[in-house]
Amino acid sequence: MELELRGITKRFGLLAANDGISLSVAPGQVHALLGENGAGKTTLMNVLYGLTQPDEGEILIDGKPARFGSPRDAIAAGIGMVHQHFMLVPVFTVADNVTLGIEEAGRSGLLDRRKTRRDVADLSHRYGLDVKPDALVEELPVGIQQRVEIIKALVRQARVLILDEPTAVLTPAETEELFRIIRQLTGAGTSVIFISHKLREVQAIADTITVLRRGQVVGQRTPPVTEDDLAALMVGRNVQLRVSKDLAKPGEVVLDVAGLTVADAGGLPVNGLSFQVRAGEILGIAGVQGNGQTELCEALMGLRPTTAGSVTVEGHDLTRASPRSRLRAGVAYVPEDRTDDGLVGSFSVAENLVLDMYDRAPYSSGINLNLAAVRENAAARIEEFDIRTGSAATAAGTLSGGNQQKVILAREVGREHKVLIASQPTRGLDVGSIEFVHRRIIQQRDHGVAVVIVSSELDEIYALADRIAVMYEGKITGFRDPGVPAAELGRLMAGGADSTGIPGAVVGADGVTRVDDGGEPPAPDEPPAPDEPAAPDEPAAPDEPAAQDGQPAQEEA
Amino acid sequence: MTAAASDRLPVLLSPGPSDGAGTFGGRFAAPVTYLVFCLLDILVFGLHAKGDVTFSFTPEFAKVSVPNLTLAAAATCYFCGALTLALAAARLLDVLGVARLGRVPRRVIIGVVLFLFVIALLAWAGGGQSIPVGVVNLLSGSLNLSIPIMLGALTAVVCSTSGVINIAIEGQLLLGAFCAAIATSVTGSLWLGLICGAAAGALVAAVLAAFAIAYRVDQIVLGVVLNILVLGLTGYLYNAVMVPYGDTLNNPDTFNPVKIPLLGDIPILGPVFFDASVFLYITYVLLIAIQVGLARTRWGLRTRAIGEHPVAADTVGIRVLAMRYRNVILAGLIAGIGGAYFTIGSVGSFGPDMSSGEGYIALAAMIFGRYTPLGAIGAALLFGFTTQLQSILSSINVPIQSNLLLLTPYVVTIIVVAGLVGKVRGPRAEGVPYVKS
Amino acid sequence: MTTPSPATPAAEPQAGRDRSFGEHLRDAIQDSTVTVTVLALIAAVVLGGLLTAFTNNAVLHAWSDFFSAPGNAIAKAWDAAAGTYVALFEGSVFNPHDVAALFQQASISTAIHDNYLSKVFYPLSETAVQATPLILAGLAVALPYQAGMFNIGGQSQFIGGAIMAAWLGYAVNLPFFVHVVVCVLGGFVGGAALGWLAGEIKARTGAHEVVVTIMLNYVMQYFLAYLLSSHSLMQAPGGSNSITQAIASNAHLSLIAGTHLRINVGFLIALACAFGVWWLLNRTTTGFEFRSVGANASASRVAGMNVERNWALVMAIGGGLAGLAAASVIMGTDFTLNPQSYGTYGIDAITVALLGLGRPGGVVAAGLLFGALHAGSPGMQTATGTPVQIVQVIQALIVLFVAAPPLVRTVFRLRAARARGVSTSMSKGWNA
Repeated sequence: MELELRGITKRFGLLAANDGISLSVAPGQVHALLGENGAGKTTLMNVLYGLTQPDEGEILIDGKPARFGSPRDAIAAGIGMVHQHFMLVPVFTVADNVTLGIEEAGRSGLLDRRKTRRDVADLSHRYGLDVKPDALVEELPVGIQQRVEIIKALVRQARVLILDEPTAVLTPAETEELFRIIRQLTGAGTSVIFISHKLREVQAIADTITVLRRGQVVGQRTPPVTEDDLAALMVGRNVQLRVSKDLAKPGEVVLDVAGLTVADAGGLPVNGLSFQVRAGEILGIAGVQGNGQTELCEALMGLRPTTAGSVTVEGHDLTRASPRSRLRAGVAYVPEDRTDDGLVGSFSVAENLVLDMYDRAPYSSGINLNLAAVRENAAARIEEFDIRTGSAATAAGTLSGGNQQKVILAREVGREHKVLIASQPTRGLDVGSIEFVHRRIIQQRDHGVAVVIVSSELDEIYALADRIAVMYEGKITGFRDPGVPAAELGRLMAGGADSTGIPGAVVGADGVTRVDDGGEPPAPDEPPAPDEPAAPDEPAAPDEPAAQDGQPAQEEA
Repeated sequence: MTAAASDRLPVLLSPGPSDGAGTFGGRFAAPVTYLVFCLLDILVFGLHAKGDVTFSFTPEFAKVSVPNLTLAAAATCYFCGALTLALAAARLLDVLGVARLGRVPRRVIIGVVLFLFVIALLAWAGGGQSIPVGVVNLLSGSLNLSIPIMLGALTAVVCSTSGVINIAIEGQLLLGAFCAAIATSVTGSLWLGLICGAAAGALVAAVLAAFAIAYRVDQIVLGVVLNILVLGLTGYLYNAVMVPYGDTLNNPDTFNPVKIPLLGDIPILGPVFFDASVFLYITYVLLIAIQVGLARTRWGLRTRAIGEHPVAADTVGIRVLAMRYRNVILAGLIAGIGGAYFTIGSVGSFGPDMSSGEGYIALAAMIFGRYTPLGAIGAALLFGFTTQLQSILSSINVPIQSNLLLLTPYVVTIIVVAGLVGKVRGPRAEGVPYVKS
Repeated sequence: MTTPSPATPAAEPQAGRDRSFGEHLRDAIQDSTVTVTVLALIAAVVLGGLLTAFTNNAVLHAWSDFFSAPGNAIAKAWDAAAGTYVALFEGSVFNPHDVAALFQQASISTAIHDNYLSKVFYPLSETAVQATPLILAGLAVALPYQAGMFNIGGQSQFIGGAIMAAWLGYAVNLPFFVHVVVCVLGGFVGGAALGWLAGEIKARTGAHEVVVTIMLNYVMQYFLAYLLSSHSLMQAPGGSNSITQAIASNAHLSLIAGTHLRINVGFLIALACAFGVWWLLNRTTTGFEFRSVGANASASRVAGMNVERNWALVMAIGGGLAGLAAASVIMGTDFTLNPQSYGTYGIDAITVALLGLGRPGGVVAAGLLFGALHAGSPGMQTATGTPVQIVQVIQALIVLFVAAPPLVRTVFRLRAARARGVSTSMSKGWNA
């Protein structure tokens, strides 16, 4: 099916989320839509999928105009969508999820589950998706859940499949699997619209790339094309993809986590995890979301009980301490979910800035709040962090994502602290805010703070970390230098064993293994090159770890 | 389109790991509670039981006669205590991880412990008395008393599964009782009264649905306010209209019990389950319909979907809001029928605040029953039983003041909801108004 | 994905609490939500009037002959409805007949001596007397509301406070001022205990406070009846009535406007508590925590606050306020305790708090309004035969309309102003 979008415009109030966008998708083609957060990609796809109506412009299918009043119309026209946040009911089985809305029912009104199971198994075989119809969705790994979404679309005979940021939750190996599936689909004549903000992936899979910025099409390219070219189009200026930073000068060990274990109904999300962070260094914990990172951060902050292990900051054992004691002991925390956990949306910016210190001088004396002090603090922080807000009394929930994150940062680093833990610190932020946050984090490091960054974006890890740890299923599968190739990280992220077999060993980019025994700081490496050494279309590293030096591969303890 | 709610459970609020998380004392709550029951059985009942207790199983006019059972009262209590102790030990082993039990055995144990407790209680109360303990009476009385709670619980299950918290069940019951009484008094027709009662329940439900779905008012506040409104309205109309004209307006007939041939003659259980009020039969039908409906039909699948993940349901073309309206109003019919039971199913005339909190107990039953129809019915039966127990005990002249007995069902509810239930997670989108953006 | 950053929004919601009491009051008056509230009042009054009219005998008679005498039918309906409201007004604000009688007196001294002056102020005094427990009970719901808890256990907390206040009132003998203080504090403690219990259950087990507190209401109701059924407990000796002895006269709350008016110190206590609650919420660290926990418990916990302790504490204070309401009734007007003493205060507390939009100032205004309704209703029933329950219906209707600003706006065709009605999500705690 030939799909064309002509002059699509959609406004929200004064703002044009989509402004005269035109593009066309040929059958069997992978058309990538590239743009940073807020460029208008989601809005455009919502228009295409019938979730919202354009103010101007039209959609043409095989040359004929089409109106989509609701997703039903779009589905009927052959457009299927795999959303970034899956539209799957977690407590249903795969079959039930696939059949929802188009259920096969016998004459008695009872569901015909057998037929659905057959259909799912069929499609699963045909495209090599390997999905079991009776599995409960909430028990499936994220990569498989995504395939269920694809089956949902295929069952409804989608001829154009929209994938919205599909690789956000996948390991590099799973991403390769996805690309294989995409190629199979396009080989059979289905077109794919691939929405992403990841330059490298888009280059690897797309036949055509359309770049969006601020609601407009700013360019179309056909691969191969350089990353700088794409990045410049995406952001509109020559952007420094990496904030420059000096070499780390790490000092004493400040944060010591040993054998930390967290238990919950599903098992052990954190399973005997250990690491150390020195003053003045950034440890980047890489890993796909869902491997225990969230639980780890919560456990470090006392928001989750631990069943074993210890957390020590500068010699003080905080393992059983309350969250407040940890904050007061000098731990700063930027949580993963800023709206739910970081800010009280209905409170003012000023109130949010003292959310942790309101009961200390100078903000209060005894039980009385000192509102003047709160106001002064707010004015100072707003200036220092360049927080764009109408006034200090504005409700924090109305600020943009970037400014909200600045408020949280301002609050956390404004306090005296020795450790900074930041989880997914730039998720959902625009490039300008990302730059700001990164720069600020590095600044803290240079002031001697021990920093831990947890991120599922490898770019961010490479940009910030002085040392990288990879987390998989609640354990650290390996420590590496920042010069390590992405493929190696990908292997560790997918559970590959640490080939050195020595706990705490760090394999440098030069391949030499050093043991980090907490003694002398590691020898200074060359700063990592801005371009990644791993070419995107190299085949993914095999899952079985290759034993090196004849040593048997051991699992990280 | 709004992004789907975070998949992460609100873990920050849960106090501890899995088993019994959320109950007092955490995982050990269950074995400790059973131990308490055991001690009650032995020390309170066993030590004070005298003589023999006779259980009679045959009501008058029964076709098949079952002989009475006479037991030594004290021994019975001790026996129950011992069994309970064994079960407490088994549960303790389960908690400690030595001998794990499945989910079903754990629930069965709760039932057995409560059953043994009741036997011991009856043995103590009836020991040495000349009047036998009428088991059939006890069971059928409990069943009948539970009817409004059972129907209310079914209402709650349907609404909650669809994603709407229905606190206004109390009001639906009350208005149902009121309208059924008036309609039957005026027209002389019982079935018309039943229909009016159902319609009254649906009316309240319609108001709830409109405010909750269209105006997105907080559903809990809304439910409470509707209950207040119905309470005031029925109280006012009772005083203004029913009291002066009681003969015409508040003097309805009541349904007679209907015996099902064959089934009604089964010894012991027959008279209890199959020789009863029409309302009970309606309850059976509704229970089966809803249980099967939710699990195996298209309606059920879609209903569960709109309560769990309305955004996903919307994207596959299900009309979320329309379905919520329909389900809530249909559920209101059920509650209205439950309310009609208070008047034309039992005592006849309407009195102020007749429902006395049973709508709220129905909600507790739903939570205790883990949001499933069968579970909710089971929990409702438990509450009905405690109420019936109170009247049985006062008829056997047990020396407990009547007010203390009256408050038992409510205390039991608190203990159950707070202590035994722990954290039950209902449909994820329950109570969250759906906003199409 | 973030939505595109909004271009400077025109009017950002002001969220800061660092304004004075007076500024708050002024804002509340200028606020468009007040318009909605007033219109809700009008709508409820109209509906209430219709209900009154069409359950009135004379009116129904007249309407059966509507087509032959339409004017008469409408006139009768109007008379019934208007008569009800006029009677309400005369019983709660002032009765023009009494005012006329006052001005007919020869001089001021005779006026006072023969109680004409008191008679004129009697309705207002009654309003204040009725408003006192309503304001306190309303605060008992409003305060936890700010912390995200819906306290419908007012009845159980009221009974708890009543038991303590009554018992301390008759069982001990203390000098004048001390006795009053002890009983008042006892009332607070009794209510606080029940409130704390509900809060603690929620904190420990996550059971939603709605089911638990309603159950507690019934439990306390029967418990009170039990206590009053036995002479060895609280039943007054020498009789079989379920009632306690009268409390000592030293425990009575002093009258503040002469002996012919019932208005007493309790009213001042209620106003002081309203101010206290406002101060607590907006000027203290405890109140900051309450509001934070109520707005976002998750973020509060991450910031180091102890959410559970706040729940228990706010419910305890709320319960204490309900207990104070009980004390004001026992020590100000009733002087004894009987199984019906809790009246409708538990329910009224909810409607007052909701009408007051959960804010202390609003609670005072709503308490006065509903107090007026309560004060006027006995006279209304005597004069027009309308049963007093109409008051509860009107109350519930008002609250229903206030709780749904969009509905009122549709009915009255107002522009969509920013809705700050009762739509905060209590429900989020239901299923956590």
